[in-house]
Amino acid sequence: MIVASFWLGRLNSHIFPTDIITLGAALSILFGGVVTVIVVTYYKKWHYLWRELFTSVDHKKIGIMYIIVAILMLIRGGIDALMMRAQQATSVGTSHGVLATSTFQQVFSAHGTIMIFFAAMGLMFGIINLVLPLQIGTRDVAFPFLNLTSFWLFVAGMILINLSLGIGQFSAAGWLAYPPLSELKYSPGVGVDYWIWSLQIAGIGSLMSGINFLTTIIKKRAPGMKFMKMPMFSWSVLCAMTLVVFAFPILTVTLSLLFLDRTLGMHFFTAGHGGNMMMYVNLIWAWGHPEVYILILPAFGVFSEVVATFSRKRLFGYRTMVWALILITILSFSVWLHHFFTMGAGADVNGFFGIMTMIIAIPTGVKIFNWLFTMFHGKIHFSAPMYWFLGFVGLFTIGGVAGVIMAIPPADFQFHNSLFLVAHFHTMIVSGVLFGYFAGIHYWFPKIFGYKLDEKLGRVSFYMWFIGFLLAFIPLYILGFLGATRRIDHYSASLGWQPLFIIAGVGVVIIAGAVAVSILQQIVSYRNRHQLLDLTGDPWNGRTLEWSVPSPAPYYNFATIPIVHDRDAFWVSKNESKEKKRVLEITDILMPVNAPVAVYIGICAMLFGFSMIWHIWWLSIVSLVIFFIVLMIRISDENPYYLLSAQKIIEHEGNI
Amino acid sequence: MKKRIKIFVIVLVIVGLISLFVWYLSGLNFEVLNSKGPIALQERNLIYFALLLSLVIVIPVFSLTIFFAYKYRESNNNTTYRPDWDRSFVFESLWWIIPSILIGILAVVTWNSSYQLNPYKSLNSNVKPVVIQVVALDWRWLFIYPNSNIATVDYFKFPINTPVDFYITSAAPMNSFWIPQLGGQIYAMAGMSTELHLMASSYGNYRGLSANLSGVGFSGMTFSADAVSNAAFSNWLKYVRTSNNRLSLSNFNILAHPTISSKTINYYGVYPNLYVKIINNFMSSKSEIKHKIFTKNNINMVGM
Repeated sequence: MIVASFWLGRLNSHIFPTDIITLGAALSILFGGVVTVIVVTYYKKWHYLWRELFTSVDHKKIGIMYIIVAILMLIRGGIDALMMRAQQATSVGTSHGVLATSTFQQVFSAHGTIMIFFAAMGLMFGIINLVLPLQIGTRDVAFPFLNLTSFWLFVAGMILINLSLGIGQFSAAGWLAYPPLSELKYSPGVGVDYWIWSLQIAGIGSLMSGINFLTTIIKKRAPGMKFMKMPMFSWSVLCAMTLVVFAFPILTVTLSLLFLDRTLGMHFFTAGHGGNMMMYVNLIWAWGHPEVYILILPAFGVFSEVVATFSRKRLFGYRTMVWALILITILSFSVWLHHFFTMGAGADVNGFFGIMTMIIAIPTGVKIFNWLFTMFHGKIHFSAPMYWFLGFVGLFTIGGVAGVIMAIPPADFQFHNSLFLVAHFHTMIVSGVLFGYFAGIHYWFPKIFGYKLDEKLGRVSFYMWFIGFLLAFIPLYILGFLGATRRIDHYSASLGWQPLFIIAGVGVVIIAGAVAVSILQQIVSYRNRHQLLDLTGDPWNGRTLEWSVPSPAPYYNFATIPIVHDRDAFWVSKNESKEKKRVLEITDILMPVNAPVAVYIGICAMLFGFSMIWHIWWLSIVSLVIFFIVLMIRISDENPYYLLSAQKIIEHEGNI
Repeated sequence: MKKRIKIFVIVLVIVGLISLFVWYLSGLNFEVLNSKGPIALQERNLIYFALLLSLVIVIPVFSLTIFFAYKYRESNNNTTYRPDWDRSFVFESLWWIIPSILIGILAVVTWNSSYQLNPYKSLNSNVKPVVIQVVALDWRWLFIYPNSNIATVDYFKFPINTPVDFYITSAAPMNSFWIPQLGGQIYAMAGMSTELHLMASSYGNYRGLSANLSGVGFSGMTFSADAVSNAAFSNWLKYVRTSNNRLSLSNFNILAHPTISSKTINYYGVYPNLYVKIINNFMSSKSEIKHKIFTKNNINMVGM
């Protein structure tokens, strides 16, 4: 018995799911994984994948991997949403719905965690990886190996959170796991530990990415690209990554303290023994509020590029746009308390944080008006990204009004934790973050893959998202006014809420259809890729440097590093006469070699997390030791580069 | 012609569906807006005020979006195309200044209302308040009337037009105490006491609930707050005093055991200073609080 617990920790024969829904979910993920492995093995593609994708330090390939994982997680989180709506539409009066309460609570906890950390963050880092180095005219990020390591840590966290479906259970304490509910006393299982470790590992990856992109922007811009000549997307990434660097350490520390409470019996946040749950709530939101700006600022950047390109006009009010971004960045650290006006702080504290929150609406509004005036006297080409942009402006404004109302503390007392709040933040995150990155994917797709995406299906997907969103969330705003709280798995029939939950469920089904259309769009576009081919490298009549290289972008990005004289560098150079263009000599380039070590580090991190969750201490030690060994081997390699000869570059350029 | 009929039918169906929806909504109780007490009413008015003020920004944004998107479409050749026009001091100043003024107005309202509607503030009234100590349990609500030596579970009664002083704690995970028709919520936290001061201005059984996730019984953590006449209230107090249930420490521990139940219970005879005892359960002896804190307004805690 003692031997078994040494080798297996808390693992035993009762860890497998017993309810049919969790079991089904776990088995379908397992099935999908097995099928993928069989297909890859059958086509003998393992070597190719390993060399060209998994171990490649090319930022564009890392970006593609991020987006694939993020889309898979968007689907996983979407299925969670479907289950939640199915439960709430059926569990009324004497009926108790399709899910057991504990399953339902795991489902909404997983939905929030997965959507923020693995869908939204994945899309964000994916797009940044794809575009940022090209846009600032550099061949790679500052630390290519670190970039790949961040990605594999992200995957390790993703695997852990999905593993909880089949082995043990997931947290039922909500996506931010407030103590004391998340403490050992009230959540004795492994669920909260899964939550802690999947976020801890993915969060460290995010922090390293933040450092990486911040350094890239500061140090690796093309010669002549002063900060005030930098494209708006790059500016937004600069601000978001500054937030990452300041905010994510708070998350790391908070999760560590909760881990110490749960695993070593400490009392940072426990009820009793001197623990203070209010400290946790403050800490988690001191990270959590900047986090929403981390997600949305790069999406603002995408919209800035999209609206200028498709209006065929310079972005309006560049200078005020930059200052608005900087202001939002600074202010986002001074509003976290608005997430808990109801915790009983005094009137002056609540009043201060309420006013700070409202002030953020000013620079955000400035950005909206500048975007609108970019269209003014433009020539707007309505491609799918413009649809996402217009949908964003409409929904984001509504969500913003809801936000300003809730920024008044006494008004918030009536909305806190209600479905009104849920509707508000979904409006912001879906219309802002998701619509932004969908626009970005459509916009930059040809640069990465060399062909455009099908326009018509892109628009169909947008319309379905838009209508589905209205149907799914207008009922939640109404339910908020009716006094319905979030996270309820059952309510009394006499309240008459059921039709609203049913309409909301229909909305989610339409959104699921929209995602299916997006997948269809990928398939159709791939089949028609010869008609959709982008031969010019500049399919949208673009303005920034990424459009100056051929599509798909070569693996070394730029044969010669461009020299920047103006904002919208590529647009300006297009309008210059041919004679003025300088012909630069192509020289040899040092390129980073593939880094299998990043994959090993990811595996070690996953095993370490798993062993900490299940208290398999020997495995923790072993995985840590292996981690240090592979890391030492890698950093002892004094020259992890290879020389790409000018001859090869000229050949490659000639083939395009 | 056929196309027109088609459009007509579609419009008719949409209008029909919307009217059906509005008819359905008119039968519902919009608890946040259907205020039955002064606090809820003021909070509702704040919501309306902020909403109306926001329209000053929302209407221009919506109109400009639709107008610009329509007018400056590629296929419209009757517009001037100015690809390099990218700044205007006047325009940009306009949308820094106007929103700043609006937010300035809202900030003043926010600051003042934070004080006026501070949950810790006692209500202005000539009537002596009723004191109720609220304890969130796993997963029930305990209401102790320290001045009447009674306690109830999952419901309580109070006279209308009389301030009710709620002192709120938790013997379980964090909960949030909320009666939407009487006024906004505040957290119930173990080892701490928060306050809420509410009043009802008309009779009714108002739905109360926990607004913060507290475990598997969370959805069932509802209670009824019954606003009754003074006479009915004193009759009810007498009635509860006939109860044979005593809220001794051991009975409290049984009650505090995690249970999902919507059964209401009446207690007569409450362990002295039980509320303070519950709070101190979660505190180290050094920081134990004296029961003085909860005798604000010179109310004697034990007996009546």
